Amino acid sequence: MKLLTHNLLSSHVRGVGPRGFPLRLQATEVRINPVEFNPDFVARMIPKLHLVEVPKGPIEGYEHDEKFLRQMHHVLLEVDVLEGTLQCPESGRLFPISRGIPNMLLSDEETET
Amino acid sequence: MKRTVCAKSIFELWGHGRSPEELYSSLKNYPVEKMVPFLHSDSTYKIKIHTFNKTLTQEEKVKRIDALEFLPFEGKVNLKKPQHIFSVLEDYGLDPNCIPENPHNIYFGRWIADGQRELIESYSVKKRHFIGNTSMDAGLSFIMANHGKVKENDIVFDPFVGTGGLLIASAHFGAYVYGTDIDYNTVHGLGKASRKNQKWRGPDENIRANLRQYGLEKYYLDVLVSDASKPSWRKGTYFDAIITDPPYGIRESTRRTGSQKEIPKGMEKCPESHVPVSLSYHLSDMFFDLLNFAAETLVLGGRLVYWLPVYTPEYTEEMVPWHPCLKLISNCEQKLSSHTSRRLITMEKVKKFENRDQYSHLLSDHFLPYQGHNSFREKYFSGVTKRIAKEEKSSQE
Repeated sequence: MKLLTHNLLSSHVRGVGPRGFPLRLQATEVRINPVEFNPDFVARMIPKLHLVEVPKGPIEGYEHDEKFLRQMHHVLLEVDVLEGTLQCPESGRLFPISRGIPNMLLSDEETET
Repeated sequence: MKRTVCAKSIFELWGHGRSPEELYSSLKNYPVEKMVPFLHSDSTYKIKIHTFNKTLTQEEKVKRIDALEFLPFEGKVNLKKPQHIFSVLEDYGLDPNCIPENPHNIYFGRWIADGQRELIESYSVKKRHFIGNTSMDAGLSFIMANHGKVKENDIVFDPFVGTGGLLIASAHFGAYVYGTDIDYNTVHGLGKASRKNQKWRGPDENIRANLRQYGLEKYYLDVLVSDASKPSWRKGTYFDAIITDPPYGIRESTRRTGSQKEIPKGMEKCPESHVPVSLSYHLSDMFFDLLNFAAETLVLGGRLVYWLPVYTPEYTEEMVPWHPCLKLISNCEQKLSSHTSRRLITMEKVKKFENRDQYSHLLSDHFLPYQGHNSFREKYFSGVTKRIAKEEKSSQE
């Protein structure tokens, strides 16, 4: 699972709503996967992200800041969590990640109606 | 032409006739000043003969080329790498069992570009590493990507991803792809193989490997095991296109996560997902969820492209699911059997999603007719189709 994906996922446990983000990530196996750098794609993704703990947010003109884009590229697309868990910050419910694939299935009782 | 898999080539038409003589006089009427830029002495060219539904000998082809000597060609012939290619196209009809002596139509034109029909062969499911029972035909997957107006740097999502066939076509056009599926085994590439003569899937059979096969691995974002009716995306508009082929309940079952009490006795559970799965996901609910999901997560102007199965004798246009945020762009039929077909529906998001949209169209008459089609699966398997076929047969005798 890429960290870009982690930034787009939220817990859908019943009653949790917007407090289901961000899922707490515990990684037991991580791999760094080189991916071809595409500045246009990375620049497109920046506004979609929810950057919770970035002190200033992306600075104006980030689309042209290659150093910044390369750093974001590495973090978002090249860090791959192979094994681990995602945890709902509100309910504590765990979603396992195995072979790089998160399993987000919940039973009917657990999800919002 | 860089996108289409439906057009073989495009030519600038210089002449047309129903016989060689008509063609030649048509060519003589074509303005010379339009021909000259491509025929001048510094250029190289070659002439090709294409015949549709007939084979000509090399001799016959050369004869036809020689007959065009009256055209003001001044350049040099170069068979390997000509600057300009001209084609004679002869149409011998569509019936391979009845090939006429003379063509119905003859065209002469300057070749401009080829379409992408070779993608159908190079991406053929026959050669793909990882397939499932209902993997989409390569040609159709490219048509769907075109309907979705997929372009470089888009994000494309398939909520019923299966083996990822639809993602491959989008990745080919430069989009980054996400997929989800409720079936743990398919997403992980485990379990029984869909190929004849093969029992179990091998280690290189999964969605990522499929993209890798075509050199498209960099476009793989992620796949997740997830219930499309209960998505896990944070609130927001992320997808430029949602391109999908939802299960019809025939060769793959329609499912969503259910509660313990819903599981009928004896039904196998997904061993590793540890979550009970219910078999009763009505088709109309599924499209309701899909349209709502698309309205909520597509960017404005983004497209939803999906297949809608219909029982043809009862189909009317009003049955196509509707949503206030989505505009219907196209609706194309593909026949599946004598009484069933599927329709390729393309919709575009034209309005921002407010929460209340979730409910307003439930009350719309537009939507209710499809509800009757919960029974698509039943009708498909029921005696109804057999009885109708029998009745038709006896009325013909």
